[in-house]
Amino acid sequence: MPFRRNRFILRDHFRTLLSRAIIVALCLGVFALSTFVAEPALAREDTLQEIEERKAWDEKRKKLREERRKKKGVTKKKSGPPAEKIKVAFLTQEIEIPPALSNLDPILTDEGVYGARIAIVDNTTTGKFLNQDYILEEVTVPLDGDLTEAFKKLVAGGHRHVVVNLPAADVLALSDLAQASEVLIYNISAPDDALRNEQCRANVLHTIPSRAMLADALAQFLIKKKWKEWFLVIGPKEGDRLFAAAIRRAAEKFGADIEEERVWDFTADIRRTASAEVPVFTQDVDYDVLIVADEPGEFGEYLIWRTWDPRLVAGTQGLVPTAWHRAHERWGAAQMQNRFRREAGRWMTSVDYAAWIAVRSVGEAVTRAKSTDFAKVREFMLSPEFSLAAYKGIKVTYRPWNGQLRERILLAAPRSLVSVSPQKEFLHPVSEVDTLGYDEPESKCGNPD
Amino acid sequence: MKPSVRMKRVLRRRGRLAVFGAGVLAAFGVTCGLSATGARADTAYITNEKDNSVSVIDMDKLEVVKTVDVGQRPRGIIMNADGTEIFVCTSDDNRITVLDAKTLEIKYHLPSGPDPELFILHPDGRTLYIANEDDNIVTVTDVIDKEIIDEIPVGVEPEGMGMNPSGKMLVNTSETTNMAHFIDTDSHEIVDNVLVDTRPRVSIFDKEGKRVWITSEVGGTLRILDGESHELIKKIKFEIPSVNDEAIQPVGVRLTSDGKYGFVALGPANRIAVIDAQTLEVIKYILVGQRVWQLALTSDEKLLVSTNGVSNDVTVIDVEKLKAIKSIKVGRFPWGIVIQP
Repeated sequence: MPFRRNRFILRDHFRTLLSRAIIVALCLGVFALSTFVAEPALAREDTLQEIEERKAWDEKRKKLREERRKKKGVTKKKSGPPAEKIKVAFLTQEIEIPPALSNLDPILTDEGVYGARIAIVDNTTTGKFLNQDYILEEVTVPLDGDLTEAFKKLVAGGHRHVVVNLPAADVLALSDLAQASEVLIYNISAPDDALRNEQCRANVLHTIPSRAMLADALAQFLIKKKWKEWFLVIGPKEGDRLFAAAIRRAAEKFGADIEEERVWDFTADIRRTASAEVPVFTQDVDYDVLIVADEPGEFGEYLIWRTWDPRLVAGTQGLVPTAWHRAHERWGAAQMQNRFRREAGRWMTSVDYAAWIAVRSVGEAVTRAKSTDFAKVREFMLSPEFSLAAYKGIKVTYRPWNGQLRERILLAAPRSLVSVSPQKEFLHPVSEVDTLGYDEPESKCGNPD
Repeated sequence: MKPSVRMKRVLRRRGRLAVFGAGVLAAFGVTCGLSATGARADTAYITNEKDNSVSVIDMDKLEVVKTVDVGQRPRGIIMNADGTEIFVCTSDDNRITVLDAKTLEIKYHLPSGPDPELFILHPDGRTLYIANEDDNIVTVTDVIDKEIIDEIPVGVEPEGMGMNPSGKMLVNTSETTNMAHFIDTDSHEIVDNVLVDTRPRVSIFDKEGKRVWITSEVGGTLRILDGESHELIKKIKFEIPSVNDEAIQPVGVRLTSDGKYGFVALGPANRIAVIDAQTLEVIKYILVGQRVWQLALTSDEKLLVSTNGVSNDVTVIDVEKLKAIKSIKVGRFPWGIVIQP
């Protein structure tokens, strides 16, 4: 078992000599049971080397398993009808790579696809017990390619479940095509509230939280902390304005005061000048928390520690409301984090998580509805019987009035999970999760049926 | 370069000490060696998931008498057939750690495949079936030869492991596939797959092997299946006044051997449901610590003990009165429990 051994040795090996010396010094001469040296829980995440070791171990075990099967004389049973095939498409389009704003995080061009692939594996594992087979078709349309044509081709090829990593305008355009009438489109990345309201479509499900859900999740936490006076700083992009609008709505909904709004319109790269610019920019405001609306991440990170007053930062940076975060480990999430890193070689993002949910939803609905028929699967998915476990401690379901996934929202600092919304103090007659985002009475979406 | 034995011991001791403190330890330190071996009372062993340790409770005194370090992320815990050894799933070490029940020293390790979570020993005392949560596999390990003899592919994130009294049928539940897999222990082939509610956690046969109890954490239900036909006999959906449905997350199950009661731990509902095992109706909810997961009965079945992950303690329940009588502080995130007669 080389993997296990290596891991064990490595762990001890990498402890610095200094920390060992301290531990030994503390322990020697002291009665064995009365030492105070405490150690924080070991990080559960595997190092890249451990990931590689695990992959090698898995391969070895797989071979052994096959050999064992052969020895036992087990051959795959081929009796019975051939497996039913359930197709899922993953559609995305190349984007222009934005300028690098931080040297720390890679720019991801493959968001979502690994989440979909892992979910296909999950569905297939379940499906093999039910004689069902799941197939993922991945399509990336070039920058100057024709998205509509790609979509039409998928539908013509028999696809009824299309997972899309596309901006809101494209999601809307595809959902309005005649070819999309008997299709379900799973929006895994566009957080636009309009898609859940005025522009809602019966054939679109949203597995990514809307901006309103994120803002509400953050607002509930800040209200609970009694940090009710906010200073809103808004970036120059359209998404920033929409995020700010969601924050304004949340302030109104939960009773916070926006003391001041300022628009950040510095065009220069802020990395080297933040300490000079930000104090002046944040002067003369009386507030508890600065809420930043900077979706592309152009400046938000640089507000932290540079405000005129010693204040906290939350919003798109600082304390962030998000569907998934690398600090999330509760409710079985640690398993998913490790699996994902083994598959993708990077951390899972909210878009990956949304893709996983979309594809798992198809699998779960097929399994439970005991049918691969599109109409039945779709009906089941939106019914109260649908229930998916998605590492959030409670089932995730779809809101029948606008196709939005109901889910808990994580509130995360860069290296720790701070809280999970909805906060239990905010009550709801049906589901506490419906305190986040547009609830049925306020929805501007007609019933998709 | 391996650390010396002495160094390893020193390193091992770190975790438990913060939780305990010197005073408590000094008080129990003298007695701990004696009581683990000499007393006739039952002894409870509790895995502390985030402390990498096992807390040892004297069930007469209802006190922690010792805490031993076992390895990374200990979860499932059982005894061997004659009660001389304690098997612990040390999940992050990817192996089973075996303790001597008398000395509580680590005797040896067993291979388990990656991320062992729960396991069950065949009545032959030799064949150990282990759920590999991170690998969709049930690993079969021979505890005498200390080697893996087979691997059984099951659903995604296998966890619950139950076995009928004859040892012929193993039932494994997979959390993401939402199925109970019935596995023939002779052929190691799955003979039946039964869909259950979302995120099944624990599966257990009753003493006669007539019924299988399966809890679903996210579904919030208990399903009781026929042990032979696997048909659903009853589905119980727990409802507690003033507790949100979503907080009711059934996990651990224990049944009294007289066929009177079934106990189901309800996770963040912080309660244990008491079920009349004859009528299959819930008769009571007992308030315990926070996020209650696993349960165990003493050998005389007079006491039931629950592990409460978030409040870092265990609750002791008087089975006759169906009342919680004591909370005992253990390590961080107590997860599994086994009681040695």
